[in-house]
Amino acid sequence: MDLLLEGFSTALTPTNLLFAVLGVLLGTAVGVLPGIGPAMTVALLLPVTYSVPADSALIMFAGIYYGGMYGGSTTSILLNTPGESSSVITALEGNKMAKTGRAAQALATAAIGSFVAGTIGTVLLILLAPKVGPLVVQLGAPSYFAIMLVALVSVTVVLGSSKLRGFIALFLGLALGLVGMTSGQPRMTFGFAELSDGIEIVVVAVAIFALGEALWVAAHLRHKPLEVIPVGQPWMSRSDWSRSWKPWLRGTALGFPFGALPAGGAEVPTFLSYVTERRLSKHPEEFGKGAIEGVAGPEAANNASAAGTLLPMLALGLPTTATAAVILVAFESYGLQPGPQFMSQNEDLVWALLASLFVANTLLLVLNLPLAPVWAKLLRIPRPYLYAGILFFATLGAYSASTSPFDLGLLLVLGVLGFAMRRFGIPVLPLIIGVILGPRLEEQLSEALQISRGDYSTLWGEPVAIICYLLMGLLVASLVVARLRSPRPTTPTSVTEKDEVNT
Amino acid sequence: MSIVIAYSPDIYGRAALDHGVAEALLRETRLVVVNATRGDSLVDSHYAHEDEIQQVLNRLEAEGVDAKVRRDVVPDIADAVLTVAEEEGATLVVVGIRHRTPVGKMLLGSVAQRVILDADCPVLAVKPTKR
Repeated sequence: MDLLLEGFSTALTPTNLLFAVLGVLLGTAVGVLPGIGPAMTVALLLPVTYSVPADSALIMFAGIYYGGMYGGSTTSILLNTPGESSSVITALEGNKMAKTGRAAQALATAAIGSFVAGTIGTVLLILLAPKVGPLVVQLGAPSYFAIMLVALVSVTVVLGSSKLRGFIALFLGLALGLVGMTSGQPRMTFGFAELSDGIEIVVVAVAIFALGEALWVAAHLRHKPLEVIPVGQPWMSRSDWSRSWKPWLRGTALGFPFGALPAGGAEVPTFLSYVTERRLSKHPEEFGKGAIEGVAGPEAANNASAAGTLLPMLALGLPTTATAAVILVAFESYGLQPGPQFMSQNEDLVWALLASLFVANTLLLVLNLPLAPVWAKLLRIPRPYLYAGILFFATLGAYSASTSPFDLGLLLVLGVLGFAMRRFGIPVLPLIIGVILGPRLEEQLSEALQISRGDYSTLWGEPVAIICYLLMGLLVASLVVARLRSPRPTTPTSVTEKDEVNT
Repeated sequence: MSIVIAYSPDIYGRAALDHGVAEALLRETRLVVVNATRGDSLVDSHYAHEDEIQQVLNRLEAEGVDAKVRRDVVPDIADAVLTVAEEEGATLVVVGIRHRTPVGKMLLGSVAQRVILDADCPVLAVKPTKR
């Protein structure tokens, strides 16, 4: 408790409060705009880590992450275009509600539900994080290796409809992670001296998220404008409250654990929450026509999963969403390595971050409830202006990573790769997680093999490792079974896949 | 032979529509309502909703004008109006005009100005009625 209060004293200094406000404002803005997500924003802002102290920068990034979850719902409800992959499900009922003139209630239940879920999720995070810390310290290299392997496989397999595309992205990411010096030998540098230090992850993240998206938008610049539903002040009636509070809690209960799982993210729990609400609802006939439960549940779930995601990230250094992956890059640029010893070694920082989550969450409620119509105005920004700005910051960010013109060329090449991935529907998340986890996977593997003097059986010599491999086996087996049972998957290339690309 | 109206769903567009309809009835010509968008932002408040266009069509039908609506996604609105005017052999183009602040003049172009200066046929520039 003292630690938390100390965290608040760091988070509430005027400077950090300002960074928190900046973070939530930016986060909401990018959440509202489809195609631009918190992952891209944090990637673009990575250069601030060179001049801003660690606590301020991380507080801002946390604000962006939470803010993105709030903002996404606004676009889902008013435009029927999810601003964020986590709000895809919200659009199902939210937009129907808006069309029947209940946009204000939909926005209100989304914002308040997000607040409730975010708060509960953060409390859970604060309770669990110190417990998990000591457990992870005991893990040896083989277990660690296995856990990372599970994370890579499940992120690739669970999300998106095509496993093949997922694995293409994963191996692209792992290949990029291989570039650099290993035991004194240059590997995959193709004779470029500049590549011998490896590819800066900042450059990869900026290229894939920002440049790829900008090129993609440039290729599809002119669209028929969408019809935005005008809305006043969000508010809820008594019956809306009584219909919302249970879905909020159930959404939180689904969201947090899924966020904490290696394959979590927000897509699965929001979907599950929607299905649950539809089954439990007292007004099943309203589903499909604008049921408030169908907005309240998924919106709570996606914010709770954002809190859940931070658990494996802080305790294990395992990112499970694109945004968490990029925030991890920020940690690394401060020379901090989230993982077993991280929590005990950087207590001040971790608690300041956790306290700032409460601050961010409260700020978001205050900002979003009255300002939702204002945020919707952001959608009128012409894309050329928006993406010109993004390209500027992308170039600046990539160049400042190591002030080398070579990186700019690399940025361009990888940007074209990012564009191609969007073109062919290859998800971005496995790539970015592959780039980040690849080198660490290798490190753990060689460490484990060094300790065992090259005996491979050490890899399954720890109980945790065995459990991980069993899980992985189950996962793959269940996929095979599912494929055998229904040779033609009934779900067509879904919305989720497209939006995953957009995260 | 037709009259082209540069329409947008605001008081200026409606003023243009009112005067255009009156003129079309007087001259007994066809009416072409142009509502174009650059389509480069997600939401364009100058681009009318489907149901609003339907209202306009219903009104034109009620008034007994032979009319059609062109809703195009184009790189430049003024060019779109001028192109339609040329294609339809317009005898008159109607645009709504508005006051602009000095800063606004510096920052933004004017569709109405471009249409007035570049059209081959006479242009009727109208203002919303003051109350």
